[in-house]
Amino acid sequence: MSATFVGMPAFPAAAREALSDTQLRRNLAHATGTIRAKRAAVVGEVDEWEELRLAGAAIKDNTLRHLDEHLLRLEESLTDRGATVHWARDAAEACEIVASIAKQHAVDEVVKVKSMATQEIGLNEALAAQGITAWETDLAELIVQLGDDLPSHILVPAIHRNRAEIREIFRDKMAAAGRPAPDDLSDRPAELAGAARLHLREKFLRARMAVSGANFAVAETGTLVVVESEGNGRMCLTLPEVVVSVVGIEKIVPTWSDLDVFLQLLPRSSTGERMNPYTSTWSGATEGQEAHVVLLDNGRTRALADEVGRQALRCIRCSACLNVCPVYERTGGHAYGSVYPGPIGAILNPLLRGTGVDDQVDSLPYASSLCGACFEACPVRIDIPEVLVHLRSKVVDAHRSAPKAEAVAMKSASWVLADSKRLGLAERGLGLAGRLLGRFGRKVMPGGRRALGRLPWPGSLWSNARDVPAPPVESFRAWWRREGRR
Amino acid sequence: MSAREEILGRVRSALAATDPSEAPVPRGYRSVVPAGDVVELFAERLVDYRAELTRCTADTLPAALADALGTAESVLVPDGFPWEVPGGVPDTGQSAAELDRLDAVVTLAALAIATTGTIVLDHGRGQGRRVVSLVPDRHVCVLRTDQIVPGVPQAVAALSPDRPQTWISGPSATSDIELNRVEGVHGPRTLHVLLVSS
Repeated sequence: MSATFVGMPAFPAAAREALSDTQLRRNLAHATGTIRAKRAAVVGEVDEWEELRLAGAAIKDNTLRHLDEHLLRLEESLTDRGATVHWARDAAEACEIVASIAKQHAVDEVVKVKSMATQEIGLNEALAAQGITAWETDLAELIVQLGDDLPSHILVPAIHRNRAEIREIFRDKMAAAGRPAPDDLSDRPAELAGAARLHLREKFLRARMAVSGANFAVAETGTLVVVESEGNGRMCLTLPEVVVSVVGIEKIVPTWSDLDVFLQLLPRSSTGERMNPYTSTWSGATEGQEAHVVLLDNGRTRALADEVGRQALRCIRCSACLNVCPVYERTGGHAYGSVYPGPIGAILNPLLRGTGVDDQVDSLPYASSLCGACFEACPVRIDIPEVLVHLRSKVVDAHRSAPKAEAVAMKSASWVLADSKRLGLAERGLGLAGRLLGRFGRKVMPGGRRALGRLPWPGSLWSNARDVPAPPVESFRAWWRREGRR
Repeated sequence: MSAREEILGRVRSALAATDPSEAPVPRGYRSVVPAGDVVELFAERLVDYRAELTRCTADTLPAALADALGTAESVLVPDGFPWEVPGGVPDTGQSAAELDRLDAVVTLAALAIATTGTIVLDHGRGQGRRVVSLVPDRHVCVLRTDQIVPGVPQAVAALSPDRPQTWISGPSATSDIELNRVEGVHGPRTLHVLLVSS
């Protein structure tokens, strides 16, 4: 695994590789199972949970419907309170703004609090290209950065690593990045966290510039909100002289009082806690610090223009949908080829980047069984299955000029299904095939049916990523004729 | 065209065909209050976060404060903190590196939230700058029982965005290693709340 998502294979190929990694599957099953149970317990404590979800969805929808007005209001309130506001159309522009602020202050290193927006724009790599080192300070991000690895979960980016792997990464890599790991470091979580504390504290104490994201930006008051657990966020936001916050334009909530919804929905949905250990809020420049806010588009206006997909911009990055997803639990996050994995990534990436441009992105709306668990878990009620189906149709439309094998198969299937005689003939043929294949199928699936091996082309396009069950020996209609009349 | 104009233009054209009417936001959650005594609920939830809790009265507070500071020899005391503190060092704007050499800090709080076991600092008098409750390894916070509000909506309503805020729920913690909760990463490893009956 190299430290970039660029050039990742499409989901079916990446998933096949991930599925064969038993260590990964064990780590993921343990982690997602643990967090599901915690979340269910703390959500169950809140009788008004469904109303909070409805309120969260309504506030976000209302904001998106008047996003231009809220953006202007946010800009004005931030400026009034001494912050400098920048606008960035895309990733390159945002990275350039951050780099130029660093250069104005003659800074060659920055500390970072975990931020999905800065990962999305590849800020660390862009700063490195200009001779500026960005240190990730969230424990999981540190594990990913030292391991020259990629994040695999929105909330716990190193969820795919277990304690033994983390110990090895710290022992091998910490010394080259600053304070080395203690010689006698064990794999106890408390000792590993202690090593990270010592390693990072020297960076916090000398840092002159920090980069953050924001969980929420309040238009009315210019307040930014950062929700975290470890205190690394507080370190980044309070120690350096300059704080630069990269904020996606969908992070806006209209008023301060609207936060009463989201500060209930987010912690319980994400870490399964009643409240995260630390939340910081600040409005503009405080305590003599220089504050910069970069308002980032990078595809968000493209998503906004999609009337069905727009609801994905409600997302508060809690990651509840990842933890309940049967596909994510088995493949892990890397297979999605993006900093946004799981069900939300399967819709957010095509919405931000467009369909019909990149095969990897186009594969994501299919990385789902449409079971609907993600919608149930989503604290802002994003109907992810609805958007997945909508995006599948957009992917098909984008490829219309060269019909895919799947489209050909669907067309012939519709010809067969349209006429009961044709269907009867087809069923008889399938029954014969089923008797043969049921005997010789390659492996037995749950329930006792045999599965076929890889089909010849073009069927291989389907069977490469799926088990194909042997056809039943008797169709339902045949069974009904035989049994139903009794 | 500037980035600002272009982004605003893209937003407007994305919304051109959209019905601008706003959906009603249900706000019934704001009147929901937990059953039972909010002080007891706060105490239970705070301890659940592995914070330490001492109940006291105005009379027993000085002794409780000395106990909570334990072996700490140097304790940062913010302006306006109303009690004598053994080993107290006044806040003279020490740098983070200087704060790192202190053993503990004492603060007041703006309010506390029962359902979540959270204390909120808005860094007014007696609460100190944002860094002072972060860098020293032990944080002792003095809170009156009448400062406890039932839930998050009541806290947000009572607080002003004009002041920076730090919401604290238990000691610094991480769950990044196999989702095991470990206390103490970058913030104080001990949070001790002295709850003064009023």
